[in-house]
Amino acid sequence: MKMISYFFFAWGMIFMVFGAIGILRFPDLYTRLHPVSKAGTAGMLSIFIGLILYSGFSPLSLRIILIAAFVAVTSPVASHAIARGAIESGIDPWRKK
Amino acid sequence: MNAFLILIYVLSATSLLSLVRIVIGPTHFDRLIGLNLMVFNITVIIATLAVLLDRYVYFDVALVYAILGFVSVIAISKYLTGRELHR
Repeated sequence: MKMISYFFFAWGMIFMVFGAIGILRFPDLYTRLHPVSKAGTAGMLSIFIGLILYSGFSPLSLRIILIAAFVAVTSPVASHAIARGAIESGIDPWRKK
Repeated sequence: MNAFLILIYVLSATSLLSLVRIVIGPTHFDRLIGLNLMVFNITVIIATLAVLLDRYVYFDVALVYAILGFVSVIAISKYLTGRELHR
């Protein structure tokens, strides 16, 4: 069971590292929203699955599931609020020259 | 080496990379995006520390940190909406 949880840790670390690289490398605000809302949430959920598998199922894992559900609900809301505020402030999307 | 320590080191490095985006971001919304990713990373670090150290109070700290990050992102983006502050 511990080897499966280590596999989930490695999988989540890959997602987190690629999200952090993407937030530095993408050319625009609207493209930088993708690694935050997708890679960040996917990495967080897989690391939480690894933590649940490592510690065994108990009332403790309900608390981890609560944090994971809260983040999975509120991450698209935050990304949508940022994109809406940017488009109403007059920031133009990036276009290929 | 413990797998939890490797996880904590890698997540600290990624939160430093998102801190670079907070520093060099050209607009305020880029800084908000960096703040959002850094809140994710630090929430995962606190939950990992709770399992590593057997201090299960830290899950409440992680939940409160996630709530505060979400509320601050929503409040700052609503404050900056429609203002010409981005230059």
